[in-house]
This record gives sequence, structure tokens and C-alpha cells, in this order.
Amino acid sequence: MSNVNIQVNGQAVQARKGDTILTACRRAGIPIPTLCYMEDLLPSGACRMCVVEVEGAPGLVPSCSFPVSEGMKVNTRSPEVIQARRTIVELLLSSHPDDCLYCIRNGKCDLQRLAREHGVTQRVFRGKAVHRERDVSGPAIAREPDKCILCGKCVRVCEEIQGVAAIDFIERGSRAFIGTALNKGLNVSSCINCGQCVNVCPTGALHEQRSVDEVLAALNDPDKMVVCQHAPAVSVTIAEEFGMKPGVDFDGKMVAALRRVGFDRVFDTSFTADLTIMEEGSELVQRIQQGGVLPMLTSCSPGWIKFVEQFYPDFIPNLSTCKSPQQMMGALVKSFFAEREGRDPRSIVSVSIMPCTAKKFEAQRPEMNQNMVPDVDYVLTTRELADLFRLCGVDPAALEPEGADTPFGERSSAGKLFGASGGVMEAAIRSAYFLITGSELSELKIQEVRGLKGIKEARVKIGDLELCAAVASSLGNARKLLDEVRAGRKDLAFIEVMTCPGGCINGGGQPLGTDMEAVRARMNALYQIDRDETLRVSHKNKMVQRLYAEFLGKPLGERSHHLLHTHYHERNVLL
Amino acid sequence: MKGIDAILQGHPGAGRDALIPILQEVQEDQGYISPQAIAEIGRRLKLPASKIYGVATFYNMFRFSPRGKFHIMVCRGTACHVKGSAKTLETLIKALHIEPGQTTRDGLFSLEVVACLGACALSPTITVNGTFYPKVTQAKIAKVLDECRRAAQEKQPKEMAS
Repeated sequence: MSNVNIQVNGQAVQARKGDTILTACRRAGIPIPTLCYMEDLLPSGACRMCVVEVEGAPGLVPSCSFPVSEGMKVNTRSPEVIQARRTIVELLLSSHPDDCLYCIRNGKCDLQRLAREHGVTQRVFRGKAVHRERDVSGPAIAREPDKCILCGKCVRVCEEIQGVAAIDFIERGSRAFIGTALNKGLNVSSCINCGQCVNVCPTGALHEQRSVDEVLAALNDPDKMVVCQHAPAVSVTIAEEFGMKPGVDFDGKMVAALRRVGFDRVFDTSFTADLTIMEEGSELVQRIQQGGVLPMLTSCSPGWIKFVEQFYPDFIPNLSTCKSPQQMMGALVKSFFAEREGRDPRSIVSVSIMPCTAKKFEAQRPEMNQNMVPDVDYVLTTRELADLFRLCGVDPAALEPEGADTPFGERSSAGKLFGASGGVMEAAIRSAYFLITGSELSELKIQEVRGLKGIKEARVKIGDLELCAAVASSLGNARKLLDEVRAGRKDLAFIEVMTCPGGCINGGGQPLGTDMEAVRARMNALYQIDRDETLRVSHKNKMVQRLYAEFLGKPLGERSHHLLHTHYHERNVLL
Repeated sequence: MKGIDAILQGHPGAGRDALIPILQEVQEDQGYISPQAIAEIGRRLKLPASKIYGVATFYNMFRFSPRGKFHIMVCRGTACHVKGSAKTLETLIKALHIEPGQTTRDGLFSLEVVACLGACALSPTITVNGTFYPKVTQAKIAKVLDECRRAAQEKQPKEMAS
């Protein structure tokens, strides 16, 4: 009933009521170039790349914000349209640096691609832009304002999706640029390092602070033992960097490739995800049984932690004291593992492969070291790992799968689920059920916390207890939940928050050009792993059990407390 | 000075639409928009500091450092432009080592560019603390700045005594 018939380039296209020309065309497989368009957000109409001709309309119209109507005749490729788009690219390039060869986004730049597609082969206009210094002050993200085309996507994702609003347009007209409040460095701003701005940036104006060279140097240092861990969400995305479609799991191939580039040990962060569940699950049970502060909030996502420290310091007592799986692994590598190997922790370089830019910040937190030796020395994003593989001429696709190393290589699929929003909750419920009742859940899959919805809630009967749990992904959604709790909502006992929409599979360090379809495919890949796995609960992980028996003692015990737990503090930044 | 608190109290229940009037009042009261003012306005209006800074920097009228003892306005209107006000501005920037909107380190001078002072017959023109200086040249500007510096020095002992 709500179909709208339009004609595009002479072809009949069935659009839906509420469609814009752009959404209707994209669904019908008719490409229209865009620069500022963002899925699921109101169009801003800033870049005008998406202009089309509509019969009867005066001039060209922006297809991203022009609603379809019955009988509308659209031309997406008339000479006028193409000329207008070309001019827009030429104008954007008028003040854009043209040293593409030295740009981090060379070959992966939307502006570069559009220039090529529109046949722009020379500088037609020459404009002088105000030079703005690079900002490399942040621990995770660097900004190069000279490469910015002011599309505004970073500003929008930061404010509208993440509810952080660390950056905005500053000044006006030809002097306009994107910056933080008072134009200070990112390091002292309210930026939470999530990297969602990097993912949406069409050019090289925003990128991660890279550690590829440092890692390469460590790998070639004969005096160093180089150990790596890889996060649950990396194996299901790295394949995309090597030409596969989203949703292919490269776990074993990636492990093999990591060994080929020279890592001495390859550990699986999903192992410490299982360990996190033992600690965090026990903490939850303790809080519930002993009247501790509830709802308990998960602490795996470092962007979220900084967010709470800045915006919701009153919720710091609610945060689980558990370190994130990355930091638990780091702490174990520089203690238990170093001891076992008979090595000075200083001679071990601990590298973590993460889907995340905020993990770079987390690894540098002053709490995360033992005797001034950092638990994690370097963090590489999925993108950086792919670059390292290419740099070393290693193609994971061509390798036979291999398993991760002992003692931190075994994992349950519950630990693997950490990569998707709701995964920590699902893993925690599975183990909390066992910790409280002594028996296993009859149905391990907890459908209510799966999927891409921004806020998910579940009520699970555990013995006489009804556990009310909520899951939020994206900090905009986390805000909604926390505001409800602040306003007096009492039923929730446990809240999982992932900083990025959909969880780590959509993290700020993941392959560029990700859309929600790709996120869904990655999520399904994780669910598939869980379906096919026999070890599906963290508390049955044999190596975790052994680690407790040989080293840690018991969950929440003294050694755990010292190595695996931490505290967070209110952070005074300009919000 | 009324203070930021008092100004915000004059806008009970204010939302983002009140931002510009509040910024204007704060500037009128304090002479500039301080980081503290941005933080306080943000808390009251529930707006991010980046947004307030973004809005405030969009408009030329807002400044982010206190005014100097001598506030110099340079007219860049059409008539003054024709009579060479670009040179006037350049002279001042070079002499004071500050950009428009800034204040010298010693707090003596601040510089502001305005679109028209309404004194086109006197172009190119500047004002210092509201006093008009007609048909300025490089030499005249140097003289005016010297006068200001001398005036400040003479005043200083008195100020210390009081």
C-alpha cells in the first residue's frame, strides 16, 4: 500500500513511502555518489555530491534529502548532473593537499575515488586554505585538519550516535575547521577515543595513532620475546582486508599469519574473556547476594569507561572492577607467563590486536602496569594488522589454519561472543546461572540480547532469582539507560555497554567502509562459531580452571584482585 | 561585574535558543567569553562545550581573551578598504604581534576587526577605546601606540600607590 512508483533514468523503480530519492535508488541498485550522507541519520545535505535531476524541479536537487513522490522522473546521470558533481569535486580539491602518495588513506579515500570516477585529472581551481596544525596529542586518534573537507560526519557521529560531542565546527566560511572545545588537543578533550569518527571520515583527516613500525622493530629485536593476543572481533573482520566478503572467520589463518610475521606466542583474548566472565560473574553474584551497588556495569569497553568517568562519575561504583580482557591478558603475560618462561617482564613485548582505537588509550592508562612495566606495550587495530601482514608479504588467505598457543589459547565460544553487542551479557548469564544454581542453563542461546538493536533487555530466571539485564551499544543508547537508572529505575541488576554500535565488530579500528549489513554479517559469523562449538560456557574452559588452580587461587581472590581488577576515577575535562 | 551565575539566573529554564543572548550578556559583563563561562553555560543549558565554542567562534563579535587596556578597532568597511585599511590592519598585526581577536601578552592592547565604524569620511579609520583616529597612516599608528604605552606607564605608579 505504501509503494511509490518513480522512474529513474527511464526505468521504473518501486520506492517506499518515506524514501528519499537516494534511499530508493540505492535499494534498486542505482549508485549515487555521496560524501556527507550517513545511514540512519537525518540528511544534512552539506556536500551536494548526490545531486540529481528531477523533471519539473528548478535546478538540481540533493537526492539525500528529497522525498520521492508518485510518478516522479529522476535522472541520476544527465550531463548537467555529472558536470555539477565534477565541479563539486574540483572545488573540494581546490584547497586540498595533493600529496596523496604520502597519505594514510591513499587508495582508501572517498575524495580520491570520486576524483578518479569523475575524471578530474588536473587542479582546475586553486584556493588558499588556512593552514591548521596536525593534532597528534591524543593517545588513539590523530587529526589532520588540512585534509578535512568539512563534511561533518565526524561531528555527527560523535554527537548523535555517541552522545559525546567532543568536536564541532569552529569559526566560519573559509576559516572553518573541525576542532574540540577551545580548540585544544584531543588528549585533554572529552574525546573517548572510540574511533567512530575515523570510520566515517571520507579522507585522511582522521586516523588512528599507528604502532606498526614499533611492533615491526620489536619483532626484529633478538633480545625481545614478542607475544600477541587477538580480540574476539578481529578474526571475523580481518578477511575483509584481504578481499573476502564480510562474515568470513579467519581465526586459524590469522594465527598462522601472526606466527609468519614473527610473533613468538599467539594468545587469544577470548581466553581472558572467559576469565573476565569468571571474575565479573562472581562479582555480580556477590553484589546481588551481599547487597552491593547495582546495577553492575560492564567494564570491557574502554571508550565507555572514559565516558562514565567524565559524564556519569556517580556511576563509577556501579562499574565492575574487572579489567578488560585485553588488560587481564596483559597482566598475565607480564606476570604468570613471564615467570613460567623464566624471563624478565621487561624483555617481553606484549602486543594486542584489537578492533578498537580506545584500547590504545586503555593500554596507556597509569593503572595498567606492574612496577612501571606496561601490561600491554602496543595495540594494533585490525587495519594496522592487515598493513603489517601486507608489509611482511604474508597473505593469511593462503595459509593453513593454526591454533593459538598455550597457556592462553583455549577459549569457549562464550568468550568469542564478546565481539558482538550482547555477547558479554550472554556469556555472563550462562556462567552466573551455573555459579548460582550449580547446573547449566537448558538453552544457552539468549535470543533477547542478540542482534543489532541499540538497547536490548532480558529477564532470566536463575533459581529463585529473576535477573533483569540490559544491553546497550553506542553511548547515545547507554546514556538513555543510565538516565533511566538516575531517574529511579530499580529493576536492572546488570547492564552491558559496548561503545560502538553493534559492539566490537563495528569498532573504530575495523576495516573502513563498514555498513550495517557488514556488521550484521560479522555478528552472524560470531553466532555461527557459537553454534558450532562444543565448549560454550566460560566456566568449563579447562585452561581457565587450571590457571585458577595453579596461580590465581579463586575468582575475586587476592591474586585476582591484584592482577585482574582495578578502580576508576572521576575525570575532570571540559564537557 | 554581574558574574556568569547572575546572568544565567536571569534566564530560568533556558534552552539552546538562549545561547547567543547569554553569550552576548556574558561578553558585555566580562569583556570576553572565558573557558569558565563556556563550562558554566554548558552545564546550565545542557549543551556540550564544543557546541558553545563552535557557535561563539562563528560570530566575529565574540572574543575569547580579555580586552587589553587599549582596545583597538580597525574598520574594514568598503570606504576604508578603498583607502587602504588592509595595510592599516597589517601594520597593527605586525606592531602588536597579535591577530584580530587576541590580546597582547602584557594585556595592554587588543585588536578587533569591524565591518564599518560609520565614519567613512575619515577613512581609513581606527578607534582606541572608542576614540576615533581619522585617516591613519603607518606613522600615525606608531604614534598612537606610543602614546598608549606612555599613558599606561604614567598611570602605573599611581595605581600601585592606590
